[in-house]
Amino acid sequence: MDTIATPTVNYLNNGHGLKSWLLTKDHKRIALLYLFSITAFFFLGGFFALMIRLELLTPASDLVQPDTYNKLFTMHGIVMVFFFLIPSIPAVLGNFLVPIMVGAKDLAFPRINLLSWYIYVLGGLFTLVAAVTGGVDTGWTFYAPYSTSASNSHVITAGVGVFITGFSSILTGLNFIVTVHRMRAPGLTWFRLPLFVWSMYATSLIMILGTPVIAITVALVAVERGLHLGIFDPALGGDPVLFQHLFWFYSHPAVYIMILPAMGVVSELVQAGTRKNIFGYAFVAFSSLAIAIIGFLVWGHHLFVSGQSTYAGLVFSILSFFVAIPSAVKVFNWTATLYKGSISWDTPMLYAYGFIGLFTIGGLTGLFLATLGMDIHVHDTYFIIAHFHYVMVGGAIMGYLGGMHYWWPKITGRMYPESIARFAALIIFVGFNLTFGPQFIVGYLGMPRRYAMYAPEFQIWNVLSTAGATILGVGYLIPMVYFIWSVFRAPLAGSNPWGARGLEWEIPSPPPTENFVVTPVVTEGTHQYAPSREVGIA
Amino acid sequence: MPESQSSYQPAPVAIHPAPAAEHPATHPWLQHHFDSMEQQAEASTLGMWVFLCTEILFFGGLFMAYLVYRHASPEGFQEASHELSRLWGTTNTLVLICSSLTMALGVRAAQTNQSRKVIVGWLGATIVFGIGFLGIKAWEYYDKFVHHHVPGPNFHWDGLYPKPAEQFYSLYFAMTGLHALHMIIGIGIMTVIAVLAWKNTFDEEYFTPVEVAGLYWHFVDIVWIFLFPLLYLIGGHFKGA
Repeated sequence: MDTIATPTVNYLNNGHGLKSWLLTKDHKRIALLYLFSITAFFFLGGFFALMIRLELLTPASDLVQPDTYNKLFTMHGIVMVFFFLIPSIPAVLGNFLVPIMVGAKDLAFPRINLLSWYIYVLGGLFTLVAAVTGGVDTGWTFYAPYSTSASNSHVITAGVGVFITGFSSILTGLNFIVTVHRMRAPGLTWFRLPLFVWSMYATSLIMILGTPVIAITVALVAVERGLHLGIFDPALGGDPVLFQHLFWFYSHPAVYIMILPAMGVVSELVQAGTRKNIFGYAFVAFSSLAIAIIGFLVWGHHLFVSGQSTYAGLVFSILSFFVAIPSAVKVFNWTATLYKGSISWDTPMLYAYGFIGLFTIGGLTGLFLATLGMDIHVHDTYFIIAHFHYVMVGGAIMGYLGGMHYWWPKITGRMYPESIARFAALIIFVGFNLTFGPQFIVGYLGMPRRYAMYAPEFQIWNVLSTAGATILGVGYLIPMVYFIWSVFRAPLAGSNPWGARGLEWEIPSPPPTENFVVTPVVTEGTHQYAPSREVGIA
Repeated sequence: MPESQSSYQPAPVAIHPAPAAEHPATHPWLQHHFDSMEQQAEASTLGMWVFLCTEILFFGGLFMAYLVYRHASPEGFQEASHELSRLWGTTNTLVLICSSLTMALGVRAAQTNQSRKVIVGWLGATIVFGIGFLGIKAWEYYDKFVHHHVPGPNFHWDGLYPKPAEQFYSLYFAMTGLHALHMIIGIGIMTVIAVLAWKNTFDEEYFTPVEVAGLYWHFVDIVWIFLFPLLYLIGGHFKGA
């Protein structure tokens, strides 16, 4: 056992004062800067969600006017997608862990890493200004002509915010790719890398190849609005379907920017939580890349009812089904890893179990939506809202919270309170299902999305959903409270509280600024719990 | 799954010193998180290549829009293209190709550890060519402005296809404007590199900044090599009615 003692100098106490944080080039401190900023945006986006659910408690538009409601769901989408989900795991856990997991002292470009946080904050400020001065009402998708001529709201300000923030994600992805290629410790071959690193690598590929397309698209919308150029607005001779193509060319892969990192986290959690090697390491690793690549070829399934040709629809439908294969590979391999494992019921694993179940539901309902005929029936209903919240909230946020609990002792050196944390995980699971489960039903029955009013017969499902959202909101507040508490009061964790494998558990908690005093030399897979039957391609 | 797993006691991953670096004295420009100058140079170069990949996709959205609208109205695009000056377009292409040559010679000078005057000379020539390109571009923009060919409320077109022509010029200004922005950033980068070179920063072990800046400069030139035929040449002989 390790002696439970905080090292005298670590990254947290090596340098004091605001300047030592705002000008830091240490990837671990930058991860914490991101943690604070995305948490703030998470609760802002959560506030918008709460207002939406309260309005939908009754069929009439009584709490807010329809115009305000439009702004609420738009701001909820923009804040949650661009300012929470996309940076969540990569910018916080990825920033903290990728250099440590590859045995490096820092990311390849520490200054660019800090720059990416400042860019993120600048983009966030633009979005906040747009929110405070009156909001945006186009939907987070900025569809033309809503965004080009039909809206009087602050589209340009919010668009500039999204444009700027995109570059922070590009720079993060660039940094990860170069780090994984060039900074691996001696002996750390590609097939000895932790699966979290593989998933971050696949995510980074999407970030660098997808994000610039949305950047130029949103920039064109802003230019079109400001200068009346006819690019997307049909009144000026533009093509609104082109906007949808360009938008979803990024925004569908962006869904995989959100879910792939969570899959990486879960791959780590199931190994540590069962004391077993992952079942089919190479398959799980390559399925991340497969999702990243196929994910670029399926954007047309958002345009089934937008005047896309039937043949294009057919092709996009088939390609969308293909994404299910690598996703299923992961789910089956996690489940196979659990088989005969030494199962843990600690909080990180509770989130991992939650992820596997909820992601499976979210993924399978995605197949409904990839089916042309079915999609025409449920298009723009609450069915699709429920589908992507099962993937984004049930998947991505469960993975994020699981990862935060698992690595919290490494990040802070302190253990979170286990029993309260288990309780909160249960609350979140129940609240989540109560929120979004009924939306599958009410969507299938035909309740459209993005309206402040609805037919009275849908009310029971909406009341259930709002009740669930309240429970879910409380569930998110509990970890917030005990995480903060634990930093000051909780017992010290020691370098490896889980008895887990991996480079990050062999350095002190919290780690020293340079991570490794001497560069490690790796002789086998870093997350081996059993003698490895060498992967043939290794 | 083998049942013997529980009895397996994994040895901790060995943490012991890596083989000592080849160079006993570390280079002053070696950052603390790299093991060697080679690793640092490889990381920077790969980083720039990855960045250029994102740049291709960044311009890609505009090229996509160009393809779609050209396909929708080829005659209108040809008519609009006819109004662009192929003389100035060709001149600018030559200017940029020359700047690529001086850039490559500048990188070579840094690699072969030549005197700072040679390096700064080539970089300076690159900057001059870059400014020349922007000057000609500004003249062309001014000419479009005078003739009311700038899209917007004041756009005026005498030909058969006013709407596609306006779209063509929307894309013309968006694409060449974005390209010009990259040129301006490139000139800024070149200036910084030239100042560093004048301060004798670079030697045969450390010339990565010159090389990486050169990659960026060549990329911006190559974008123009695609913009020039698309905007100036294809169907440019078509005069309309």
